[in-house]
Amino acid sequence: MSNIIRQIESEHLRLDMPSFKPGDTVKVHFRILEGEKERIQVFQGAVLRLRKGTTNCTFTVRKVSDGVGVERVFPMYSPFIERVEVVNEGKVRRSRLYYLRKLKGKASRIKSKNDWNN
Amino acid sequence: MAKKTLGIIGRKLGMTRVFSDDGSVVPVTVIAAGPCPVMQIRTQEKDGYAALQIGFDAREEKDLNKPERGHQAKAGKGFYNVLREIRLDSTEGYEAGQDITVEIFVPGDKIKVTGTSIGKGFQGPMKRHGFGGLRATHGTEKAHRSGGSIGHNTEPGKVMKGKKMAGHMGARTVTCINLEIFDVRPENNLILVKGQVPGHRNGLVMIRKQG
Repeated sequence: MSNIIRQIESEHLRLDMPSFKPGDTVKVHFRILEGEKERIQVFQGAVLRLRKGTTNCTFTVRKVSDGVGVERVFPMYSPFIERVEVVNEGKVRRSRLYYLRKLKGKASRIKSKNDWNN
Repeated sequence: MAKKTLGIIGRKLGMTRVFSDDGSVVPVTVIAAGPCPVMQIRTQEKDGYAALQIGFDAREEKDLNKPERGHQAKAGKGFYNVLREIRLDSTEGYEAGQDITVEIFVPGDKIKVTGTSIGKGFQGPMKRHGFGGLRATHGTEKAHRSGGSIGHNTEPGKVMKGKKMAGHMGARTVTCINLEIFDVRPENNLILVKGQVPGHRNGLVMIRKQG
């Protein structure tokens, strides 16, 4: 890829993003515009996939809300993201956790990396 | 007829996506354009039409043949691979040797971009003209992507002119209108256009203001 394009992309990158992996539980503080007002919505869930790239970089977060699975794709470097908190590091064996979509209740839990009982 | 507007020659560098000021994601095409010096001015009196001849893509003098060298030397702005004419209503205010840069555009301008589309080679009627093809089952054999019948019987006894059939696709001059300038960077001679423009990477494109 052309260096010029890479340079243009680099202007949009953010250095304040924490590093996280699929399987981690994250809290995404997302800015939402409602007419004139701006408020912050927190979306907490498991990272399902991480798409690598520069401005192309996105991650998918899944949570179960009132028994309904909700997935949201966030652009990693979006100015709308206030901040991302890593709540828990998960222990998973693959990079795309699409199998979680089929699981319910106890089965859909992800083991914690820091829990020595596992 | 379309309004005659000023333009510039550029080279398509590729596409990316960036965040706009309001935070939304915008797909942009990056074009390295100009600076294009005016090589010659065509006037109504002398040539029967008004236009600017502009140059792009610097070249060494020794690579040009003598007549070309003589022509390009008149402007005194070096030598170029590409010379294109831009038709204008009046060439008043322009003189040979003057540079046309990306600064003629400002973000938000509506533009049209002309380039050579990516060649697709010999393609069937489904891809080339959007035909539906034939049936997948019920006895269809070896003709699933065929164009079907191409005409009638004894009357008229010929295939109508302009019948859409398989053939060479792409690699022709295409103009995209209503494109928008996202950003202009005069320090690097770059233009960021919202959306796609015709052609492959490193393809030549002509960017003109929309009248």
